[in-house]
Amino acid sequence: MAEYRYRDALRRALYEEMKADERVFIMGEDVGAYGGAYQVTVGLLAEFGEERVRDTPLSEAIIVGAALGAAMVGGRPVAEIMYVDFAALAMDQIVNQAAKIHYMFGGQFRVPMVLRTQQGTGRGAGAQHSQSLESWFVHVPGLKVIAPATPRDAYGLLRAAIHDDNPVIFLEHKGLYAVKGEVEDEPFVLPIGQAEVKRQGQDVTIITYSRMLGLALEVAEQLTSQGVSAEVVDLRTLKPLDYATLEESARKTRRVVVLHEAVKIGGLGAEISAELSQRLFGVLAAPIVRIGAEDVPLPANLELEKLVIPDAQRLTAAVEAVMRYQPMPTNGA
Amino acid sequence: MTTADLKAKGYAAQLSAETLLDMYWFMLLSRRLDERAWVLHRQGKIAFHVSAIGHEATQVAAAFAIQRGVDFVYPYYRDLAMVLALGVTPRDFMFSVYGKQGELSSGGRQMPSHWSARHLNIVTQSAVVASQVPQAAGTAFAIQYRQKLGLVDPRDPSKPRLALTCLGEGSTSQGDWHEGMNWAGVHKLPFICLVQNNQYAISVPFELQSAVPNVADRAAAYGVPGVVVDGNDVLAVYDVMREAVLRAYNGDGPTLVEAKTYRPVPHSSDDDDRSYRSREEVEEWKRRDPILRYTEFLMAEGLLTQHTIAEYEDQARQVVDEAQREAEAAPYPPAEAALSAVYAPLE
Repeated sequence: MAEYRYRDALRRALYEEMKADERVFIMGEDVGAYGGAYQVTVGLLAEFGEERVRDTPLSEAIIVGAALGAAMVGGRPVAEIMYVDFAALAMDQIVNQAAKIHYMFGGQFRVPMVLRTQQGTGRGAGAQHSQSLESWFVHVPGLKVIAPATPRDAYGLLRAAIHDDNPVIFLEHKGLYAVKGEVEDEPFVLPIGQAEVKRQGQDVTIITYSRMLGLALEVAEQLTSQGVSAEVVDLRTLKPLDYATLEESARKTRRVVVLHEAVKIGGLGAEISAELSQRLFGVLAAPIVRIGAEDVPLPANLELEKLVIPDAQRLTAAVEAVMRYQPMPTNGA
Repeated sequence: MTTADLKAKGYAAQLSAETLLDMYWFMLLSRRLDERAWVLHRQGKIAFHVSAIGHEATQVAAAFAIQRGVDFVYPYYRDLAMVLALGVTPRDFMFSVYGKQGELSSGGRQMPSHWSARHLNIVTQSAVVASQVPQAAGTAFAIQYRQKLGLVDPRDPSKPRLALTCLGEGSTSQGDWHEGMNWAGVHKLPFICLVQNNQYAISVPFELQSAVPNVADRAAAYGVPGVVVDGNDVLAVYDVMREAVLRAYNGDGPTLVEAKTYRPVPHSSDDDDRSYRSREEVEEWKRRDPILRYTEFLMAEGLLTQHTIAEYEDQARQVVDEAQREAEAAPYPPAEAALSAVYAPLE
């Protein structure tokens, strides 16, 4: 066991995969000598050379389109889009092309492609560098979507993504790169599509992912002083969603709060809330509550930014609300 | 009738009589299949057709210039003659327009004429125009990557040595075209972009797509050769394409080829071209029909006679009839096909 920063765990995964399989290569803006905008690919150019660690032009359609073209003929590209916001420039290649190739052509061509990018707030980077756009991708059949919160998950899931024969959108969080965590020394791969209970509890389930995991764990700890035992489930993979784990936890606690940094409206919380409500309508003790960002572009000013994304106060209030909830008395009761 | 104006120059002068007649056959077969599809559409038997009529010379010449079935091709939806020359069969075409079970490209999941054939290294094509250009450049990169890592011998003709992609002139207004061309130029990729300039993007004429008279003029911006060729002259296209192919094989980088041609039929079965061009213009181009011109050349060379032409026509009719019969008799894909193959299974 050793302690890794999130970015170093990612780099370890890239390094091990490139060592093991010469079909694996990296492409993106500033991934070479510069080492990536968030220093994930530092040192890989020196280790593997410019064929396998390729700086691209400022050209998102070529990053995704060329990765796709290489993947279809046997390459295993790990392409980097510097900010998820810039994926908008390549959405045709992601949504209309990569996601649909396997289906539209009857399984003739596989797309073993990973698209690494990072999203989220925390650096005052403004409305065009800070969004959380996972719902765009989750809505598209043919894609897989991963959003790890810890160095261990980042390592094990990036390796799984590179092994997968489908296009995987790998969403890192810019606020997590320096976060440290334990990662086993022995190489391992984590399964795509499995949520993990990161904290056991009895009274309420907080479902979350990516950087909001930290907030959920912090609030869960504080809630013990109020006698509330909160379970925290980290989705890790956003598509496919692990409803079995979510349902098991919700069935136990009977109370659910879904927390994400993305805008609340149209967010993943709505999907999870609807599905669990349907599955557990008679079981839940309170309506599921969602917490997400306000429906505004993200302000660059850090103080303003904090105002529009979920915080401890709002999460605590949401948990207290589902704990307090009393159903309306029925007629004749 | 025009005068026989084709000349076998350069690489085209080296083609054998047998190859010249093979090329004729694929041009003729494509035309007759294509014409049948229009009839089937008007009869209400098929839902959609997008035509290659008028483009046969360019497409067959390009196919014959590469290592057919080995080099990677990203055609576009108008490339019927090209894919036939690459090994797609008339049956495949009929199954495609009918959307029947066992359809080659997609098992009935994709629109007709959006070709994909793994066994022929025909990769795929999109209904979103120009998106194939970055992908084909990526495939060219994968070829170069394997060669540089020493995983394949760059002189081995049994391995893919280039990626060829096709598109219409309207598609060159898309950003993806620029991004693909730029990347191919920067890395001197074994890549050929063949623009089939038929002068209209549905109804919009080329002068509203481009401020320069030729798409090929833009090649200079990517540091690659740009060549304009008469797209209705199968021998001229072969000569130009063969040079581009050898450049790619020799590691000298990409080529942009612009074949000037004309589409004497509507863009697709959904379009009525009378709203945007005169009948006189269409009739004028029909006199420059690529099959007509090539037939005259072959007759002047003594390779075709009225008698052998009739034999080719008979054979084409039989093949088209048989393909249509098979497709009509075949079942539709099972309902499960709609829900399967979204993801690649674990190996």
